[in-house]
Amino acid sequence: MKQLLTFIKKEFHHILRDTRSLLVLLALPIVQLLIFGFAITNEIRNSNIAILDNAKDETTQKIITKIENSKYFDIDRTLTTNNQIEEAFKSGKIKLAVVFQTNFQNVLAHTNKAQVQIIADATDPNQATTLANYANAIIMDYQNDLNETNKPPYTISAEIRMLYNPELKGAYSSVPGVMGMILLLISTMMTSISIVKEKELGTMEILLVSPIKPLMIILSKVVPYFVISLVNIATILLLSVFVLGMPIQGSLFLLIVVTVLYLICALSLGILISTVTESQLAAMLLSLLGLMLPVVMLSGYAFPIANMPVVLQALSNIVPAKWYIILVKSVMIKGLGLSAIWNEVLILTAMTIFFLFVSLKRFKIRLQ
Amino acid sequence: MTQKEIVIKTNKLTKKFGDFIAANEITFEVYKGEIFGFLGANGAGKTTAMKMLIGISKPSYGYAQIAGYDVYKETELIKKNIGYMSQKFSLYEDLTIKENIHLFGGIYGLSEEQIKTKREALIDKLDLHSQADKLVASLPLGWKQKLAFSIAIVHKPKIIFLDEPTGGVDPITRRQFWDMIYEAAANGITVFVTTHYMDEAEYCNRVSIMVDGVIQAIDSPDGLKRKYNAQSMEEVFLMLARGAKRGE
Amino acid sequence: MRTLLFLLRKEFLQIFRNKLILRLIFVMPVFQLLLLPYAANYEMKNILLSVVDHDHSEYSRKMVDKITASGYFKLVNVSQTYDDALKLIEKDKADLILEIPQNFEKDLIREDQTMVMISANAINGQTAGLAVSYSNSIIRDFINDISAEWIQQPRLNPQPLIEVTSSNWFNPQMNYKYFIVPGVLALLVTLVGFILTSLNIVKEKEAGTIEQLNVTPIKKYQFILGKLIPFWILGMVVLSIGFLVSFLFYGIFPAGSLVVGFLFAGIYLIALLGFGLLTSTFAESQQQAMFVAYFFMMIFVLLGGLFAPIENMPDWAKYLTYINPVGYLIDAMRMLILKGSSFWDLRMHFLIVLGFAVLFNTLAILNYKKTT
Repeated sequence: MKQLLTFIKKEFHHILRDTRSLLVLLALPIVQLLIFGFAITNEIRNSNIAILDNAKDETTQKIITKIENSKYFDIDRTLTTNNQIEEAFKSGKIKLAVVFQTNFQNVLAHTNKAQVQIIADATDPNQATTLANYANAIIMDYQNDLNETNKPPYTISAEIRMLYNPELKGAYSSVPGVMGMILLLISTMMTSISIVKEKELGTMEILLVSPIKPLMIILSKVVPYFVISLVNIATILLLSVFVLGMPIQGSLFLLIVVTVLYLICALSLGILISTVTESQLAAMLLSLLGLMLPVVMLSGYAFPIANMPVVLQALSNIVPAKWYIILVKSVMIKGLGLSAIWNEVLILTAMTIFFLFVSLKRFKIRLQ
Repeated sequence: MTQKEIVIKTNKLTKKFGDFIAANEITFEVYKGEIFGFLGANGAGKTTAMKMLIGISKPSYGYAQIAGYDVYKETELIKKNIGYMSQKFSLYEDLTIKENIHLFGGIYGLSEEQIKTKREALIDKLDLHSQADKLVASLPLGWKQKLAFSIAIVHKPKIIFLDEPTGGVDPITRRQFWDMIYEAAANGITVFVTTHYMDEAEYCNRVSIMVDGVIQAIDSPDGLKRKYNAQSMEEVFLMLARGAKRGE
Repeated sequence: MRTLLFLLRKEFLQIFRNKLILRLIFVMPVFQLLLLPYAANYEMKNILLSVVDHDHSEYSRKMVDKITASGYFKLVNVSQTYDDALKLIEKDKADLILEIPQNFEKDLIREDQTMVMISANAINGQTAGLAVSYSNSIIRDFINDISAEWIQQPRLNPQPLIEVTSSNWFNPQMNYKYFIVPGVLALLVTLVGFILTSLNIVKEKEAGTIEQLNVTPIKKYQFILGKLIPFWILGMVVLSIGFLVSFLFYGIFPAGSLVVGFLFAGIYLIALLGFGLLTSTFAESQQQAMFVAYFFMMIFVLLGGLFAPIENMPDWAKYLTYINPVGYLIDAMRMLILKGSSFWDLRMHFLIVLGFAVLFNTLAILNYKKTT
């Protein structure tokens, strides 16, 4: 026990001496959370658009003003010919072009029908649809103003309740995702690299011939990073609540318990990676290149899992972050108790045991 | 005694790290073709001084000329004319013996033809035929050191700097290593070697003894033994180093 | 020049010697490029709907039918009570609850107006907002249908109608993969290149080999070039494989010039690797290099516009994206592949990335010290 403490102390010394790494480890969650909380948003604001007004009459002017006054659009340029549209898109400056037909007002007055064409840059189809819908809605709004007197006589009014997140804040979905990503990536990287480093420098052999049990060596490597991760958890939660305005609806204690479970799972994955690699470079490639995109894309954070093909839905099950994100949403936002989440807790526990079991097996093989 | 050609000349060469004076006004000369032992306990400042001489550490003040070149302004010219081998083995472990020779030969501007000749000679001499295409990582430490030395003089430098070259090596290999040093010296290469093995000091033509960043004595081993009335270099060293404050 | 060749040879020997690393940098990106884009699907096709119908009338059924027939919603369950439906939301088995009160039909017929309650799981505010607006517009359509059916007479005064036609350029099938694949590829190449370079020089520091090189007469720029060129070639190979995979599996072929694409990627890689090498010359240990690399990668990736459009960001974040090389690559790739933008259209991208390339590599050379 005393030896273990000495070893843990040694690891702490290593970490504390390297102020740059420590700074990164502690600052990264803050930066990442702030970026996610404030910068990453799919809310459309001030998208640049172009107008090609072939009519230039009172009506088109009114519509254009209406578009300009909306918070969604900024009119970046006014075009004069059809040929300029493609040019404007290709130089990447605009996302949408609105084209009014010639003689718009007259045609509308005499035939009751005039045309507006909305051209969207569908490079990003999601964005294109949203922008086109907004533009469409503004024009329809104008049309409804014209037809004020002719409303259908029947109405079904919908009373809308936005559960859990009445203000539709982006943080509610991003915070659990960020927590899942940061804790997994940092913990996995930290442990795998610190263990592999000893292998690469040859100091592992020295440790292994010492009277300390291999398990103790591994444990002493993991404990300091566990502590750092606990600090990170505290930072993330404090920022979420006090800066991003997230509630903690459920039990804080339960939230911390599942987070610690997830942390242990991530550290175990790091240990597993360290047993299959011989160099820090390989460990880094596995834990950063190997995990970053799959975690972001398959955890249900960036894209809904229900929309994925069956194969990927199945694959998403082996991403620990997926289960943790469900847990955070359940406890933190929905305020559910243990009875509602035991399934996810069990899965994460099983994963942890699996990682540790395989690591231990591989470790023993190495020793023989 | 005829006038000897001076290849290393320093005057009050000093290196400070903040308040700490690692090398304090070092002044000495090394002559062409001699084996110069640069002795001192761990932490006495040997490595610091050597790093200034080979141009990878800038002196705080003082003067030094290596093979006729100034350590402040002509470090790259110095590097062309010296070889260096450090206490920390530093060939590429993930390259083979042949590949390491090829690399360093190439860096020093040897032609493919020259590299090939050198390579064959070197492998012959070290009797590494069966290992030539194996990774350096697979060699025992002693062989690595001998290989590193051979590669460090592959371009026939004027001076070879050896920083604790025999650290951690068994006595037989150390003996062989010193044979290689003699051979190099016989070929006109000046050898500048740091060590804390006092028996090795006896092999040198002249030695200096550094204590706490200062050169306390400089002479031939016999001269020093006479001066301090000692039986061995070990005794001389202990006498001088007794007052040392720094160390491990 | 000759010295450089020796350094290059050495670097290549080292790269090809490590089979595990080679496998990781070639297989992992390809594998991810093949799989992950399929996960990127924002389409709202399967909003899970739970209906609580207290009315059980003809019109309540008709309305539910209309909603489920729209294609956006999937009826998962008809619950007896709101609480039952809420349980489904808690378990993520439903996204939206439509509660139809008693007398829904009666009120509609007698009072001309009636109401429903819509409750959405709004943890993801954006999808909740969309789901609600879809259901709203379907209900509006439903009421228009009823009006047409009940009034059954031509409107007396025809109304002016603005006909809005939408067209989607550059990606008319609205294929989301066309959008996500170039981005994912850009990211993978970036990760590979940055990880390899940022760890490389510092690894030589750790092994002590750099000291041996420092006492040789090699020039600083030779040293940096000796690192840059091999990884540049490696990066270009990974990128080419990526292009090939995109073409074979996703049918993505640049609408613009392939040459311009490679030229841009080439310059970008020089910039990226320069930044990696700079990181490496600063770092004291591989571990430190790694964390620093991770820090920058994370920010570059988040602000690169892959997952959220840069236009939507607040101003301070937009300014940050101006100094994010990854953002330029992702943007240029999309413009080139989907829009067929020309070299001239991309001139600013070229200029900026070229600036980065010069800046980072110069700094890397300056910061690489042959002294200790």
